[in-house]
Amino acid sequence: MQLIPAIGALLIVIGAWGMLTQRNMMKIVIGFSIIDTGVHLMIVSVGYVIGGAAPILDAEVPTAARFVDPVPSALVLTAIVIGLAVTALMLSYVVRLARTRGTLEVGSYKELRW
Amino acid sequence: MANRVVALVIIAGLAVILFPLVREVGFPSETPELAERYISASAEDLAAANVVTAVVVTYRGLDTLGEVTVLFAATAGVGYVMTRRRRREEHAVAEGRDVGMHSGIECLRPARSGQGPSEILRTASGFLAPVLLVFGVYIFVHGHLTPGGGFQGGVIIASSVVLGIFGAPERRLGHRLMTVLESVSGIVYVVIALLGMVLAAGFLDPTFLPLGEVGSLLSAGAIPIIYSVVGIKVGAELAGVVDRLRTQEEK
Repeated sequence: MQLIPAIGALLIVIGAWGMLTQRNMMKIVIGFSIIDTGVHLMIVSVGYVIGGAAPILDAEVPTAARFVDPVPSALVLTAIVIGLAVTALMLSYVVRLARTRGTLEVGSYKELRW
Repeated sequence: MANRVVALVIIAGLAVILFPLVREVGFPSETPELAERYISASAEDLAAANVVTAVVVTYRGLDTLGEVTVLFAATAGVGYVMTRRRRREEHAVAEGRDVGMHSGIECLRPARSGQGPSEILRTASGFLAPVLLVFGVYIFVHGHLTPGGGFQGGVIIASSVVLGIFGAPERRLGHRLMTVLESVSGIVYVVIALLGMVLAAGFLDPTFLPLGEVGSLLSAGAIPIIYSVVGIKVGAELAGVVDRLRTQEEK
């Protein structure tokens, strides 16, 4: 059991709770954002190597040094930007809906209910 | 009530799924073989000091191209959603119904006129925004040497634009300029990728330019050019998103 992936999992659960129980659409978007952060933490922590240096080659770093796995870092680097773009898209939907109907309450949008 | 129970069950299930993953995860004491390979290859084949950049731009370059596409699609979506005004909304405004009264969306209403930025914000943002802009350019130009790169630099550029908007809300962002920057940088990215196919080993191979020495600014083939182009694209897109969200507010 390691601390960072445990925090990541906790954030995922908290975010899922927020998305499922909150009725305010802004808070649902915030819940998604929290899940996103938790996933990033978990992926980054998977790439850690005990005592590893950041994978940036430099004259100061001996060539025999251990390095952290660069692939998960690269994955998360892109995932953060995608998360930002998706959050912006969701927020613009929320703003649009709120301007049209005058409410942020998710229960009052009944068109897609079955 | 039933909703709450269902939500609780789903969350408990999620926790049960995640728990073994968290329990099993242990950190290795040696760099994995694939990572080892990337680290040695990025110095020898690409002369890129930052291995994460080498992975993002070259080894997983196609993923990055796809990611830039996703970013573009999301930005286009924001632009579409925020600029189209439906009739119903105009009706609501025309009838004098206050659209912002229910369930705490007062925060979505535009600030009252005459409530401009304070003197401190105006002066500080005028001073800081250009500095941030230059810092963003520095971050993406040095993406192959230091931590950072196109995405980070682009986000910093966008934040400098946000600061500028806070300081001077009456100023307009040139949408035409943003669109041109975004499209041109996207096209340049694809053209460089195709050049790699003609002049070097394959799609997105940056080695058709001289590699130079590891750790100098002009090194790593076309990686700095690709990352600069990505930085300009991300910066223009995110600044456009923020500006779109704002322009709708003011109508």
